[in-house]
Order: sequence, then C-alpha cells, then structure tokens
Amino acid sequence: MERRTFLTTAAIGTATAAAGLSLPAMAQGKKAVIGVSIPSATHGYMGGLNWHAQQAITRLKATYPNLEFVLATAGNVGKQVNDIEDMVATRNIDALVVLPFESEPLTSPVKAVKDAGKWVTVVDRGLSQPGIEDLYVAGDNTAFGRVSGEYFKANLKSGAKIVVLRGIPTTLDNERVDAFQAAIAGSGIEILDMQHGNWNRDKAFSVMQDYLSKHKQIDAVWAADDDMAIGVMEAIAQAGRQKEMWIVGGAGMKEMIKRVMDKDPQIPVDVSYTPGQIATALEVTALRFVSDTPVYGRFIIGSTLITPENAAQFYFPDSPF
Amino acid sequence: MSDTTRPDTARADLAKQAAAAPSLTARLPGLSALGPLLALILLVALGAYLNENFLSAGNVTNVLARSAFIGMIAVGMTFVITSGGLDLSVGSMAAFIAGVMILAMNALLPTMGVGVPLILAGMAIALGAGLLAGLGNGLLVTKARIEPFIVTLGTMGIFRSLVTWLADGGTISLDFAVRQLYRPVYYSGLFGIAWPIIVFALVAIAGQIAMRHTRFGRYCEAIGSNDKVALYSAVNVERIRLMTYVLLGLLVGLATVMYVPRLGSASGTTGMLWELEAIAAVIIGGTALKGGYGRVWGTVIGVLILSLIDNILILADLVSPYLNGTIQGVIIVLAVVLQRSKSSA
Repeated sequence: MERRTFLTTAAIGTATAAAGLSLPAMAQGKKAVIGVSIPSATHGYMGGLNWHAQQAITRLKATYPNLEFVLATAGNVGKQVNDIEDMVATRNIDALVVLPFESEPLTSPVKAVKDAGKWVTVVDRGLSQPGIEDLYVAGDNTAFGRVSGEYFKANLKSGAKIVVLRGIPTTLDNERVDAFQAAIAGSGIEILDMQHGNWNRDKAFSVMQDYLSKHKQIDAVWAADDDMAIGVMEAIAQAGRQKEMWIVGGAGMKEMIKRVMDKDPQIPVDVSYTPGQIATALEVTALRFVSDTPVYGRFIIGSTLITPENAAQFYFPDSPF
Repeated sequence: MSDTTRPDTARADLAKQAAAAPSLTARLPGLSALGPLLALILLVALGAYLNENFLSAGNVTNVLARSAFIGMIAVGMTFVITSGGLDLSVGSMAAFIAGVMILAMNALLPTMGVGVPLILAGMAIALGAGLLAGLGNGLLVTKARIEPFIVTLGTMGIFRSLVTWLADGGTISLDFAVRQLYRPVYYSGLFGIAWPIIVFALVAIAGQIAMRHTRFGRYCEAIGSNDKVALYSAVNVERIRLMTYVLLGLLVGLATVMYVPRLGSASGTTGMLWELEAIAAVIIGGTALKGGYGRVWGTVIGVLILSLIDNILILADLVSPYLNGTIQGVIIVLAVVLQRSKSSA
C-alpha cells in the first residue's frame, strides 16, 4: 500500500506547487477535509475494511460535494504516525478518522490533532487515554463472544464436548473468549481444548488436525473467526468427520455468509464483527460537517447472530472479504 | 568430525577422489552429527508417552504431510546456506507463487475446462514462477553483487505485497470444481502414503545425493568455506551460487504445487515465517550458518523436530498455550547446543 502514499505525497507536491495560482479559487468553496488513517490491507479482515472505507468515501463525495477525503493506509505504527502528522501539516484537515494500529503509540499523535482543534473519530481500537476522541465507533468483542456462547448453550446438550480456536494472543481475543466462557457457564458443555490458531487458515488447519487425532468425540467447534473456520472445515473433511460436528466462525466473510444462506449443516450460523464499521464512522463523521446533527459520543456496533433468515443483509459479494 | 569432506582441507581434486570412492568412515555420521537425531528420537518417545494417538497412522501422516512444504524448501535452503548465501524471501515467494498459480488456473478454466491438463498447466506455471523468482534473487546476488540478506529482504517485501495486491487485500480462491479435482494431490497418496510425504522424501533423497555425491554439492561446500580458494581452483563460483538460488526457487514452486490443493487459497498471510522455519531447520540439522558444510538429512530431521514440537504441544496440553513459543525456542536451542558441545568434546 506504499504506492498509495506515494500518490498522496505526489498530489500534495502538485497542490503546493499550484497553490500560488489556485489559492483564491479554493478559498471560495469552503470545503471540509476529513483525513482517514487505517492499517493497510494485509489480511482478509483489513482488506474488507479498506474496501468499505473506499466505498464509503466514494459515496460521501458524491452525496456531499463540499466534503473532501484524504485516505492513507499504513503498514506499521510509525508510518501511521507520520501519515497523521502529514495530514495536519500539509492537508489542513478538519477531522481525523483513525483506526489505531496500536493504542499506546497512537495516543499522543492523535491527542495533538485534537489539541489543534480538529474533530477526532476513533474506530475499533480505543486510545490508551480516555476522552480524547469526539466520537468512538467500534465493534463489540464481548458481545461477539457472548452471542457465540449463547448459540452453543442453546444448541448443545449438557455433557457435549467442544473445542475452541483462539486468535492471536491479545486483549481483544481475551475479551471474546472470556465472554464466551461466561455465556456457556452452567450449561454442562465441556471445552476439551483451547489453542491459538492466530486467525490464520493454515495454523487453524493443523491445530484442528491435532484436535481430531486427540479427541474421539467432538460435538462442535468454536473457530471464532471465518478464516480459521475454513481451515477447520478442511481438517474435518480430511478426517471424514463432517457429520459429527458443526462450526461457528465469526466476522462475516462472504464465503461463510453464503454457506449460512445456503443452510450448510456444517456452518449453521455466523457471528458478525463487521469491517463495515469504518463506513459507519465515516458516515457519522460526515454528518458533523454537513448538518447540525449531534454525533459526539460512542457508537457500538452490535455483534449479531447471522442466520439463514437475516444473512442477506450481511452479504457483500463484491467485497474482498 | 570425519573430515575428508571438509572443503577447506580438501581441494577440488581431493573432493572428486572422495566422491569417486567414498570410504565407509567418511560416510558414517560422527557422534556430534547424531545430536539432532537424538533430539528427534527423544521427542518421538515423549510424544508416544504423552498421548496414545501420537503414533497412530493418522497423526503420523498429518505431521509428515504438514512438514512437507517447509521440508522441500529447507532442502533447497541447505544448498543456499552451504554455499554461504541466505534466502529470506521463500515464505513470501511461496505465497506469491500460490497466488499467481491460482489466478492463472482460474483464468485458463474457460478455455481448458476442468481436467488434468489444467492442473498440469497450473503446476508448470508454479514451477516456472519459482524458477524465475529464484533466478531473480540469484542474479541480484551474483551479478549485481548485493548481500543476499539485503536482496532477499527486499524481495521478501516485494513478493508479500504483490500477493496482497493480487488478492486485493483478501483471499485468492481456486475455482470450486478445479479444487475438487486437485484436492487429492494433498489428501490422497500411493500405498497409503500421502503425496506430499512421497514428494518430500524424493526431494530429500535427491538432495542428499546431490550434496554428498555430485560435483555441485562439493562446489557448494567449497564456495561456502572459502570462495576465493574455490575460484582459484577453477570453480565457477557465480554460476554455482546462481544455481543454488534457482534450485531453491524451483523447490519453493514444488512446495506450492503441494500446498495449493490443501486449502485451495492464498492470501497475504500465506507462508508467513516459513523462511525462518526453513532456516531454523537447516541449522538444527547441523549445516553451518556461515556456510562451508551442509547436511541434507540433518535438515530433514530439523524439519521433523519443528513440526513434532507443535504437534506434541497440542496433543499433550502440557503448558499454557501462551508458552508454546518458549518451549519451541528452548528445544531449538537445545538441539543445536547438543551437537555443538559434543563436537568440541
């Protein structure tokens, strides 16, 4: 995604060079500039997030001609800090929509933007100091775990045995797993094993292979992520045990939503944790500049159970995710 | 060490002699070489003790088939490292080749239809892409004379971002019907032995023969040990170095051919950190990181040790999963310490 930055930088160069001539013209159409800083599309989920961001920007630009957007994607924390500093210094942004790579290192750069009197929208990962952002838009990790757990509790008998795949060890993963365990507490469902599949297909495949050699009886799998669910399905197919267990993934990858729609008995439901949250953040932030609608506060996007009945509204066949 | 084979003491002519008539003592591995083998045997015993399913046919097949990708790459890496080089790009290269292969097969589908020719075309494209990628690395190292670490660090980033770009940040998936036809290449086999295991075994045997009994292998050791002496001994240093990178690229292509039928997809996270696993396997197996001495059968043992640790940790459930990395690290270091201390004693 470096190429995009290069283009942005080039654009800034041209703009600065032409500034002497075009400045009066630009000053007339009082435009609001919204800076958007998100991680680059290094994996499926972020790919989806980038896609939703671009879709929302195209849509908003068409709807509100007085809004201008600067999108920068960063492959690491340092790059993201630079992007944000550049946006303030050279593009004179009026608002910043940021999905922080990591909370700690982004806190003071974003605070500097806020202190300069700009509007700040923080998406998904909170900053380590409360009260900086005007608007916070995020998915609900606790609900993600709870909704999954409730489905297991409702659909398994006491004494049923399940295995769990965890993500990359992070607080986010802990929140989900803790909520899941709390939701199935008292149901008599036994968690046989809980290992890290790192939200990765290949890793999930080999972890599931090992679960299958280790356990003679598995009634269900909480793969906790759609990428991992794909690896898990493959391992189960290899062992020929498809009839024995169902799988619940999570996030809302289009292939998995399709399976839910088609009533695949192996994938009865999915749990949403949508990369579309960036679109929500952009739309709501845009409202601040085109109307008097009050939009400060917190906007938590629920995690819902995706069933064959409501799957259509979560299905984006054009998104890469 | 039995060192008629060490190229720093043996000139090319001596080496040829040894190749022509290898004495029995020269071929038997010394005590120090048995370090990794010992570690492997201990791991197998530990696994069998901890879980009765460990030695079941299913589990053994899983572990061996999983090792096959890294294994084939590590055999190629052994030659690169032995001749004093390094290749950090193999993991990204595998992801890139997988992406190109899948896209090409999907594109050829309307004209060729679902059938064996399409699969063969895909395989040829993967091997061709691997060869070109290896050639690119090799030429940059030999012709442009850039440090292999820097060249392959650069190409690592290039391949990784190219596959992410090809996939538009998501996942590239093979057409469903093609996938069904291609699947058996990973999942089925011959006489109950899965194809990846058979291919890996053939690659390992060929690699061992190439390293020990051909001029190419001797030259690799000679160059890694002292490239100036090798040059003065009329070894075409650049050409041999180039060949090691091309060979590695081809093996990455071959690994991809076996990898794609497994999940039928490639993304920006495919092959993540394979380069480090391959390099670790080579070093655990007793090949010198600074070059000059290579041991292909040791590499195979290194690969098996790495995948067994993973397997045992999950089967046994001994420690918190947070500590898996620690156990892996300790065993890797121990396996190397074992052979170093013995060789100095």
